[in-house]
Amino acid sequence: MADLTDLGVAAIRDGVRSGAFSAVEVADAFIVKVAKAKPLNAFLVETPDAALAAARAADTARAAGETLKPLAGVPIGMKDLFCTKGVATTAASHILEGFVPTYESTVSQNLWDAGAGMLGKLNMDQFAMGSSNETSAFGNVISPWRRPGSDAPLAPGGSSGGSSSAVAAGLCPGATGTDTGGSIRQPAAFTGISGIKPTYGRCSRWGTIAFASSLDQAGPMARDVRDCAILLEAMAGFDAKDATSLRQDVPRWEAGLSGSLAGKRVGVPKEYRVDGMPEEIEALWQAGIDWLRDAGAEIVDVSLPHTKYALPAYYIIAPAEASSNLARYDGVRYGLRELPEGAGLQDMYAATRAAGFGPEVKRRIMIGTYVLSAGFYDAYYTQAQKVRTLIARDFERAWESCDVLLTPTAPSAAFALGEKSADPIAMYLNDVFTVPSSLAGLPAMSVPGGLDKQGLPLGLQIIGKPLDEQGVLNAGLAIEQRAGFTARPQTWW
Amino acid sequence: MTESSYRIQGATGEWEVVIGLEVHAQVTSNAKLFSGAATAFGAEPNTQVSLVDAAMPGMLPVPNMECIRQAVRTGMAIDAEINRWSRFDRKNYFYADLPQGYQISQLYHPLVGEGAIEISPDDKNPDATKTIGVERIHVEQDAGKLMHDQHPTRSYVDLNRSGVALMEIVSRPDMRSPAEAGAYLRKLRAILRYVGSCDGNMEEGSMRADVNVSVRKPGDDLGTRTETKNVNSVRFVMAAIEYEAKRQVELIEDGGRVVQETRLFNVESGTTRSMRSKEDAHDYRYFPDPDLLPLELDEAFLAACRASLPELPDAKRKRYEALGISAYQADVLTAEVEAARWFDALLEAGAKPVAAANWTTSELFGALNRGGHDIAQSPVSPAQAAELLALVADGTLSGSLAKQVFEVMLETGDAPAKIVEDRGLKQTSDTGAIEAVIAEVIAKNPNQLAQYRGGKETLFGFFVGQTMKAMGGKANPAVVNDLLKKALS
Repeated sequence: MADLTDLGVAAIRDGVRSGAFSAVEVADAFIVKVAKAKPLNAFLVETPDAALAAARAADTARAAGETLKPLAGVPIGMKDLFCTKGVATTAASHILEGFVPTYESTVSQNLWDAGAGMLGKLNMDQFAMGSSNETSAFGNVISPWRRPGSDAPLAPGGSSGGSSSAVAAGLCPGATGTDTGGSIRQPAAFTGISGIKPTYGRCSRWGTIAFASSLDQAGPMARDVRDCAILLEAMAGFDAKDATSLRQDVPRWEAGLSGSLAGKRVGVPKEYRVDGMPEEIEALWQAGIDWLRDAGAEIVDVSLPHTKYALPAYYIIAPAEASSNLARYDGVRYGLRELPEGAGLQDMYAATRAAGFGPEVKRRIMIGTYVLSAGFYDAYYTQAQKVRTLIARDFERAWESCDVLLTPTAPSAAFALGEKSADPIAMYLNDVFTVPSSLAGLPAMSVPGGLDKQGLPLGLQIIGKPLDEQGVLNAGLAIEQRAGFTARPQTWW
Repeated sequence: MTESSYRIQGATGEWEVVIGLEVHAQVTSNAKLFSGAATAFGAEPNTQVSLVDAAMPGMLPVPNMECIRQAVRTGMAIDAEINRWSRFDRKNYFYADLPQGYQISQLYHPLVGEGAIEISPDDKNPDATKTIGVERIHVEQDAGKLMHDQHPTRSYVDLNRSGVALMEIVSRPDMRSPAEAGAYLRKLRAILRYVGSCDGNMEEGSMRADVNVSVRKPGDDLGTRTETKNVNSVRFVMAAIEYEAKRQVELIEDGGRVVQETRLFNVESGTTRSMRSKEDAHDYRYFPDPDLLPLELDEAFLAACRASLPELPDAKRKRYEALGISAYQADVLTAEVEAARWFDALLEAGAKPVAAANWTTSELFGALNRGGHDIAQSPVSPAQAAELLALVADGTLSGSLAKQVFEVMLETGDAPAKIVEDRGLKQTSDTGAIEAVIAEVIAKNPNQLAQYRGGKETLFGFFVGQTMKAMGGKANPAVVNDLLKKALS
């Protein structure tokens, strides 16, 4: 039999349905592959029993002649930001070491209800703060990709780097990610896979550990656009437990997939042509434009004049919310508690948080605390919120002349671990193309477009109108059909 | 309007006291402001805590619209502006009783804006009123409670109250005396209880006040204020103001300066002491809660809130006065919502307003006081009382017989007609019988008769008493009077 781990979500689902193979065979194949991939450090917790239980349920249902659930027989990886009942959940931080939720996040529950099984919890940047996975308290994830002739470990992107690495290495056909300023799209681009962040409010945030509440959105990461559509259909949906959840039915995105863009207009925003952008990225962007024109779309130049203010606004708003969201990790009720001899309450807070949070998390808590402080609030937070409104307005204007926007996903291919970790600003610049659509709450996805001269994947980003995930997926599919991206990393682990 | 003449006599002359109150009132609701956990008072520690209240990772607040409804109704009851668009903010600080590390409150855009409460500082003269401005009402979460007496070296946390909905009702600095502050609190409490948005139970902590006090020479600008936190009875609020005003006057006259600070009231000594000064104040880093959308209320919601409001104390008092009830009695009858509801039921059962008010404020309230009962536990129902008053009105019972019947009603719970029947307490107007008794009384008291006829008219009362006594108290006093006058002349 062919290697079942070469199959994606749709192929596994269809194969289990048709009886080409059993769900248990699929689960076993991935469990073995996960177990052998320790050098990638993609999984924080492996849950083979959970994957097998879901697989057996699928096989039993099929044997009984029942209609199979949408994801029956499909094992997936779960980013460790999602609380999973009875399975340790840490957000890759020491401060949550030992924390085992008594509840299941809405997004993960939706996936289990759809028949998916859990292979394990995926490593990530600590509290989803980072673009390289170097901020994980449990060691960084390594990308399965390498530069030719080099053993230098590369960043899988972040913060959903465990997800990107695992999917790219074939450890799972799909995984969940979360995206606050690009945490699904940038790692997808770095590892040659697809990932979509839906409209803010499509996926419930209930049970997902918060980084920046007004920006956080869950989404799938998988090998192709169809697999993303299938997974997102299962993850999304209104949830009364999240006050920002959208009261919208979930469209049948997979059924609506079409790579023909006849009658569609694709906007190309000039402000994304930033100084110092590598020529290869420029060239890929042009190729993307040509592919979409070939798919029938009309290409239009658009302007998003406030783009350059997006990154600074994001690095005020996200840390501000994070500084408050992370106040609950205080050593009182769960997770780490550091109680030095004779310590009082304030000492316990200080010791616990000093020991529990990593340097990047501390940096953002301090930035957030500062920008919310009396005397600075208006100059930073209020100003950033105004910028956010202007950015959203930029997009609204753009929609008058186009249906989707095409941009590069990140300003570079994957960098080596350690290359940027000493310079937070250089690291933050990685988010320059993904942050504006996050601030505006728009659906956006990354699809692989090609390889750079070093043989590393590059991604193209499609940004859509609110609730128009279908338009984003279809444009992604049009690129996928023309880019012919079939490169896979060589197994070295 | 009345102006308070309350003044502190200092060494340098008279001082005026300026008072503002921030009242925290627990919203009556079965569930917390942002979670479904229960809110009953006195439950075992940590038995009314949801995952949201304990701020578990990934948990989110969802507004409980019943709490919002109650706050809106409260706003309407004080004629306040209701903001159709309001927003929740986070107030950030670390404390062990605050699991989230922030309190969800409303700083920038409160639910309820400007309103007013009319108070009557002098209960002897309820028509002398003064209007106290209410700046705003916002809704917010309560914190949990630390317990320091459970373990020699550790503190325990009870999260039952964590997340319970509070209304913060902020007055203008419009009060000028402890009496006005007391009247404001009593009136506010009455309104909350009429509306049903808060049980007003200060002992259980469902209503408590932060007391802002400053002093100035009459006519001067406002002085620096202090804030005495969490005072939990009307009496204590008045005592805190009195103490704090005197302290400030003495401080200033001794050459000191009042510092803006938070103070605590000591119940035993009746004094206040400094808790923290403005310099040590937290920077709460307020910002809009990104977990929650702005609260937008539509006309249908507001109309339903308005339609659900009961008759409020002022309107009820005026209605009673229009029925001929004295201002004082109307005020007494409307002060507590249960008493007012009881009295309304009495009127509905057909009792005549003035007689009913007299009887309720003297006989009923007196009996309840003696028995230590709330009106809710009254052994006599409004229907039974109406029956009793009807027996007086139709002449079946005299006032004193009615008192006797009422005593029996309190003991047995029997209907008045049955008591009258069983015990033969019916008043008699039978002139033949009364004349016979009068003849006997006169015959037995020749000396008194001679004195009376000799001009000592005060002895008339003596003959009335003797006649009533001989008739076992059952004679109609008016008939006795008439017949005696004839017999003695």
